[in-house]
Amino acid sequence: MSLQGLTYLFVGISFAIYIAIAIWSRAQSTSDFYIAGKEVSPIANGMATAADWMSAASFISMAGLIAFLGKDGSVYLMGWTGGYVLLALLLAPYLRKFGKYTVPDFIGTRYYSKAARLVAIICLIFISFTYVAGQMRGVGIVFSRFLEVDINTGVVIGMLIVFFYAVLGGMKGITYTQVAQYCVLIFAYLVPAIFISLLITNNPIPQLGFGDKIAGSSTYLLDKLDQLSIELGFNAYTENSKSNLDIFFITAALMFGTAGLPHVIVRFFTVPKVSDARKSAGYALIFIALLYTTAPAVAAFAKMNFIDSVQEVEYKSAPAWFKNWEEIGLIAWKDKNNDGLINYSSGDALEGVKPSYIDERGRYGERKLLNLPDISNSNEVYIDRDIIVLANPEIAKLPNWVIALVAAGALAAALSTAAGLLLVISSSISHDLMKKILMPKITERQELFFARCAAAVAIFIAGLFGIYPPGFVAQVVAFAFGLAAATIFPALFLGIFYKRLNKEGAIAGMLSGLIATATYISYFKFINPVLNSPDNWLFGISPEGFGFLGMIINFCVALTVSSFYSKPPNEIYQMIDEIRKP
Amino acid sequence: MKVSYWQLNIIILTILLSIWFLVSFGFGIIWSDHLDEIRIGGFKLGFWFAQQGSIYFFIVIIFVYVFLMNWLDKKFYSESKKTFQDEG
Repeated sequence: MSLQGLTYLFVGISFAIYIAIAIWSRAQSTSDFYIAGKEVSPIANGMATAADWMSAASFISMAGLIAFLGKDGSVYLMGWTGGYVLLALLLAPYLRKFGKYTVPDFIGTRYYSKAARLVAIICLIFISFTYVAGQMRGVGIVFSRFLEVDINTGVVIGMLIVFFYAVLGGMKGITYTQVAQYCVLIFAYLVPAIFISLLITNNPIPQLGFGDKIAGSSTYLLDKLDQLSIELGFNAYTENSKSNLDIFFITAALMFGTAGLPHVIVRFFTVPKVSDARKSAGYALIFIALLYTTAPAVAAFAKMNFIDSVQEVEYKSAPAWFKNWEEIGLIAWKDKNNDGLINYSSGDALEGVKPSYIDERGRYGERKLLNLPDISNSNEVYIDRDIIVLANPEIAKLPNWVIALVAAGALAAALSTAAGLLLVISSSISHDLMKKILMPKITERQELFFARCAAAVAIFIAGLFGIYPPGFVAQVVAFAFGLAAATIFPALFLGIFYKRLNKEGAIAGMLSGLIATATYISYFKFINPVLNSPDNWLFGISPEGFGFLGMIINFCVALTVSSFYSKPPNEIYQMIDEIRKP
Repeated sequence: MKVSYWQLNIIILTILLSIWFLVSFGFGIIWSDHLDEIRIGGFKLGFWFAQQGSIYFFIVIIFVYVFLMNWLDKKFYSESKKTFQDEG
């Protein structure tokens, strides 16, 4: 069977499973719709959380990023897993005990204020939409490369599937489809990783193969990579190139950001007991770690494989995947020295970095480029980091069914995260904005109806982001984590651990964290991107790491302002005592 | 002096979060370069903590926490439902 046929088969089967689950687990009440009726078992919730969490970025982009960043890439590995320790120890059990539906619900109740609830809703919607945009782009890439349909058609198909199970099933439908999606995505990630590990190191376990010797030689893989990287003009693969301080701040911002992401937090509202919330965070991290400890191994294998299979190879006899991805526009080659060989080294191949093609062919059949070559270095290859995981099975010459499986896995990762995000957006609108602020008199039936409408509208907007991707998607990811770390995490943490914090302090803290982080990131990413270099950063902290400083600002402002105003009312003290009991 | 449920909880949290900090920010970032001088197979130790080890430790930390809290819950909140000990 052809690759395309197999891909259609795998993607078709997985979609059919998702739809069947959605029909079986329809939501009947608002409790079903928002928190799956609090009856999800800790292991199932762990899997659902893992699928919810591992997005197109984790599945498609992360290993590629690490392959190019080397040790600097550790910020993502530690940052996106370490947050679960904070969640399990500091937030999840208490928020589960509180027992309501949404994150703004907790903030609004704990700080006895509609204004606090509104600030939380704004942060939540901003964070979640930023994230959704990235998922839809992932869906588009997979559809266009593997199913050879138009990106837009791909996005519309993705939207319809999510629409079907999110609007119909709410949290209940999403939870059980996410369990299925986790199984698909982890299988799709591990199978090629094991194959490639065997191929390169003869060791079937990627986590160990990563530190093993290259098959048939006495050199360790990582030593070989260090040596190759240096020869080609890069930093040694196992050494940092960023400053320790910046790495510290980025890791911290990602960790605290993870712990403050609403779509992850609400997953812990769906289990029956407080002790289940703790356990479920542990299971979630195991399921996540399966992928996250494999990713750096995949990164190292991929880098090795990539260099091996293209370096100084004649373009005419370059492997098929190289040309396939060139057709899609994610690889480009500019023969700077006119020798017909592909020369890969450090530095940008092209002026303006991203390739823009013209409708003509060069001497060797390559796509001609509008860009002038960047003559400050001898690198001739532009490669989009996003394709490493998708192209890896092809680079390693694995059988077609593995490639088809990876396509289905990437779609599972993107769709599961998109659904989780759309749900928190819709519940914060129907529950927090409509029911708790604008129209307190609506019945449960009406609220459920609004929740479904909000989900439908959110999916539509997310689809628009996928079809007309805003150029700034990659840049705003720092925003999502930075804002979650600087606004939602401190409000939740102090709300549980510091009874004396009153509404004035909490609101002032959230607003100052929000404004400081948003200003810093926008300044360097949008207003003055030329200045975005370590010399101009405050204390040498990059915009990606600023969320951690934003969090510290939030803490300082909240505690100071709080001390000038009166204590919270007695009911709040009682409420906190209550959530501190298991 | 009797230690309450909440105080014990805070003690557990402090210890576990110190380990969390040590294996990630400590071994993976701050002292990573020094640890790199030690090698285990093909891995430099600092690099291993940054890309593998810290994650394994995170899992262990959460399950130790689950275990300790279940024990604590039992000690304070199980049979003696009539007299909540932590309020005394």
